[in-house]
Amino acid sequence: MGINIAFWVLAILAVSGALIVVSMHNLLRTALGLILCFLSIAGLFITLSADFLGIVQVLVYVGAIAVLIIIAIMLTREVECSNMPSRFKLLALLSGILFLGVAIWVMLNTDWPVSSTTPAVPTTATLGNLLFNQSGLVLAVEIAAMLILAAIIGAISVAREK
Amino acid sequence: MSIGLTHYLIVSAVLFSIGLYGALSRKNAIVILMCVEIMLNAANLSLVAFSRFITPDQLSGQTLAIFSIVVAAAEVSVGLAIIIALYRQRKNIDVSNINLLKW
Repeated sequence: MGINIAFWVLAILAVSGALIVVSMHNLLRTALGLILCFLSIAGLFITLSADFLGIVQVLVYVGAIAVLIIIAIMLTREVECSNMPSRFKLLALLSGILFLGVAIWVMLNTDWPVSSTTPAVPTTATLGNLLFNQSGLVLAVEIAAMLILAAIIGAISVAREK
Repeated sequence: MSIGLTHYLIVSAVLFSIGLYGALSRKNAIVILMCVEIMLNAANLSLVAFSRFITPDQLSGQTLAIFSIVVAAAEVSVGLAIIIALYRQRKNIDVSNINLLKW
């Protein structure tokens, strides 16, 4: 019962955070709406019994990406009234509604093979075993590390003052 | 009525369409990047929901979500670096003015 209430509250918070991002005109309020959206998605991960991913979501998205976006807003100095829609607003709204309709229609009409097994909590040890022990995902983890390194070097060399 | 897979998928679809609308309709490059992040988060949410309800004992969706978070972090750092470099060059991050490569 508690998890149902948590789901509804977190879902409404996530959607309202996303709506703040696309509707506010002050860029800082937009960034705060983004943080609200990220935090409630972390809560939704925890209601899905993905505790490790919920914490990673808070650390990476709220702790790193949101701070990076706020610093970029400060550096570009266009805080007030710069979140204006372009002239394709109506077309964009139409494509968003079209995507939503198609996605919900597909989701409601597919017979998902839902399993009734109870999920294993906590997930951290299982995820560690999956990533580093069996099934050959170690190579993917190393490639992800190389990707992060390349992104760091690329970001520094692109944003550096000449 | 208990919360099932479809509820999470519909929340994810709503978030994705809000992000799609924002990414297509805004002019500020930082807001477009934020909307792309919302879309990535919606995809992660549906991955974790599939992992919870369809294969609860394998956690394969959660590993995929971890890699998707890594790629999103790399994408946002490089994207913001490009936006800051653009602002230095042009004093402006309005994407309707940045059309040098437009055909």
